This record gives sequence, C-alpha cells and structure tokens, in this order.
Amino acid sequence: MAHDETLKTTPLTDDHVARGARMVPFAGYAMPVQYPMGVMQEHLWTREHAGLFDVSHMGQARLRGVSPLSAFEEVVPGDYIGLKPGKQKYSMLLNKTGGIIDDLMAGRPLLPDGTPDDGLFVIVNGACKDNDFKVIDDELAGQVDIHRLEDRALMAIQGPEAAAVVQAHLPAAADMAFMDIRSMPGFGTDLIISRSGYTGEDGYEISVPAAEAVRVWNLLLEDERVRPIGLGARDSLRLEAGLPLYGHDLDETVSPVEAGLTFAVNKNRREQRDFPGAARIVKELAEGPARAKVCLRVLEGAPAREGAEVADETGNVVGVVTSGGYSPVLKAGIALAFVPPGLKAPGTKLKVIVRGKPQAAEVVTSPFVPHRYVRKV
Amino acid sequence: MRFTKDHEWVELDGDVATVGITAYAAEQLGDVVFVETPDVGKTVKAGDAFAVVESVKAASDVYAPISGEIVEANPELGDAPETVNASPEQGGWFAKVKLADKAEYDALMDRDAYEAFLQTL
Repeated sequence: MAHDETLKTTPLTDDHVARGARMVPFAGYAMPVQYPMGVMQEHLWTREHAGLFDVSHMGQARLRGVSPLSAFEEVVPGDYIGLKPGKQKYSMLLNKTGGIIDDLMAGRPLLPDGTPDDGLFVIVNGACKDNDFKVIDDELAGQVDIHRLEDRALMAIQGPEAAAVVQAHLPAAADMAFMDIRSMPGFGTDLIISRSGYTGEDGYEISVPAAEAVRVWNLLLEDERVRPIGLGARDSLRLEAGLPLYGHDLDETVSPVEAGLTFAVNKNRREQRDFPGAARIVKELAEGPARAKVCLRVLEGAPAREGAEVADETGNVVGVVTSGGYSPVLKAGIALAFVPPGLKAPGTKLKVIVRGKPQAAEVVTSPFVPHRYVRKV
Repeated sequence: MRFTKDHEWVELDGDVATVGITAYAAEQLGDVVFVETPDVGKTVKAGDAFAVVESVKAASDVYAPISGEIVEANPELGDAPETVNASPEQGGWFAKVKLADKAEYDALMDRDAYEAFLQTL
C-alpha cells in the first residue's frame, strides 16, 4: 500500500510495506497498524512468544550539561539525582499546574567499562516530541544542551521469549534486569539498550543507528520465535498491562496523582516541592485527587471505548472512559476510566454506557494481565 | 446476491432480504469480537447505520443496504461473533429485512460489478 507523501517515514517503513503491513498516519509518520497476521494474533503472539515493534517515531535525545540530572529535576517529579548509573526511570514532564505535558523514560546508560554514558538519555512520545524538547530547552536553557538523536531508529522486542532471542545475539544483555540501560556494541553496531517496554512483558528496547535498522530488524525476525507487531496490538497490549497512553489517558489537565502514577513522584521530591505544579500535586497526595483513574472490566455487551460515559449503579453519570477496547487474553472489554475517588475500590460495580445502553462493569486491580518484568537476574 | 459500496451483501428470498458484510469487509476488519444486531421490529432506511461490528481495535457501523422492517437478527453472533470472519457471506449474516421497495435491491451491484469495484480500491 502506498503511503501519504506528507507523512514522515522511519528507517523501517519500506520493510513494513514489503511485509504487507497496513500503514496508517500516527504522530506524523506512516506506521504499521497491523501486519497480515492481524491485531488479535499479533497480540497473542507477543503474550506467548516475542513481538518486534518499530517505535522509531518516538523522540530520542541526550541531555548534556554540567549537571544534567539536577537540571532535569526542574521539569519532572522524579528523583533523577539519585538515579544510579545503568538505570532508567519512568517520569513525566509537568506544566505549572501539575498537568502532564508528556510521559517519558530517562536513563543513564552504562558503558562497557562500567562508567556512565555522558548525559541523560531521554525517550518521549512521537506525537509530543517537538513540543517536549522545546519545553525542556526553554526551561533548562543554559543548563543542558539537547542532542536529538534523529539518526537513530528504535525498536522494542517484547514477550516471554524476547530475552532468549536477544541474548542469543548479545550474551551481555543477560545480566540486565528490568529498567537497566546500557550503551554497548551489539548486533554489529552500537546500541543503547534497556530491559523495558510498554506491553507488561519482559523484553528490551533497542536504539540503533538508522543505517543499521533494517539489518538488525531482519536479523531479529530470522528467529522463528519473533513476529513483527503493529500499533494496533501495541495499544491492546499496553491496555491489558494497565499502562496509560498519552493523549488519551493523560493530558495537560491530568496530574500524576489523578492518573495513578504517584510512584513517579519520589518521596524526596514531595518533601522538596521543587517541581512544576508541586503545590497541586502535594495537596492531592495529602487530601486525595478530584478524580481517580481506575481499571474497569466490562461484564456484558460491547467493549467500552474512549469517550464512553461511566455511571454509578443508580444511573448517574460519574465518569468517562479514557481508553478502552477488547482484551484478547481476558476475552472481555477492558477500559481505563476516570471516576470519583469514592468509587475507585476494586469490586465497585459501575455501568459503562455504550451507544446509549448501560452495561455492567466492575473496578478491578491494575494490571488486567500480570506484568512479567524480570526484576532480578 | 447483491452488494453495496459499503461492503454489505443482500440475498433476496421472496420479499425478505438477508443482509451481511462481505468477505472483503470481514478481512479488512480483522477478528470480530462483538456484533450488535438490530432489534426485531425496527424499521430501517437504506443507508442508516443499523448494526455495529467490533474488532480488537475499533467499532464500525454497518449500514442497511435496503429499507424495510427487521424481521430476524442472527442469534448466533452474540456468542460467536467470530462467525463473521469464518463465514461472512453465509453463517455470519446479520439480519433479515422485510423489503419496503424492491427497486432499492435492483439498484445494487451484482457480484461482477462488486468484484470490479473492489479492484478500484
């Protein structure tokens, strides 16, 4: 299928088209929403074997400066000064009122000699990246230089067999645990590799030079345990894992406390209150937020999708679905939704209103499908 | 059997038309996980959204290819929505419609015309 000429491409776009992927516009790029295998089978393959994802649309950058970690703390609520070399941490850029500008991953890749890579390696969402780097540049002018790594592709390999696939090529990756990040040679090129992902599965995210992307991608796909997976299954996998998607579950009005992401507001930062929107966020931590993010399992009828209203048992509309769909593993509708905090306890019976019809739903614990991160090696 | 550009099919038996989505539509949608069929007794107009078919990723409207009264909905699709993928033009039918105007049926594409239309997509 031809793609729109106005869309950007990744180093892997031609390969996706050659594999028969259905290409759609996403974050300004032509991206594969599914391959001939289809969303359902791609999803299940990733849960059972290993799925390979092109996420080169995401923004990669290095922040360098005299003290990039302490500077970075001016725009995020996470403890980055305390981030150990070789570790990465999930966080979010915050606006002045404590709303989320974007969520991100930032880490200190370890070099083969055991010293930390210079600077902070940051990955942000593709649709937000230009604004994100402008915000960082504006807020941290004179403190950090932003080196956008537009000459690098990014791929994720996820699933219970992903680690064995990667380690067959790269034995040194075997002693990395969840959220470890390294800068090292591998696959015949130079990598920035972390043991992480956004499916709830074990796996790695691998940044490679753009010119090497097709070769590394196809090398991984030579392994019969690996299949290419599109954005459709990426979305259903992250939803089952209870992970929020920016622009749907998170936006500039949503605080980390409302979003259920308080783990990303570190204790020392709460005490210091020195991040954007700290007044609101510290208050919400103490008194509770105005709305709470919950996981809903739909007990009957159609899947509830983004925008569906949520009602209490008496029929009063009390909230809204921020993302929802069908869980191939649970074979049921699942959704993330905002509800009043009094209705957030697992077991609470609610209704989702789909095409005017109220359907039974229940608050369940997050995640819908257990995470399988490898926290110790 | 007759076809629409929205990829529905219609098969006429007397004045009752059985309606479903084509194999092409089912393939495009991917694995069907939920079908909402119209209520029996409801009157629909050609072009109205009268059913919904859902995949993992999205919900899609199905449009009534002809006007009339719904006289039967496929009861199997509630428990087995995957029938739409397995047998889109037979067991995966959505509803039976008592035809209001046979001219609407006559105006639809025959299979040769539909196949030719698919070649243009």
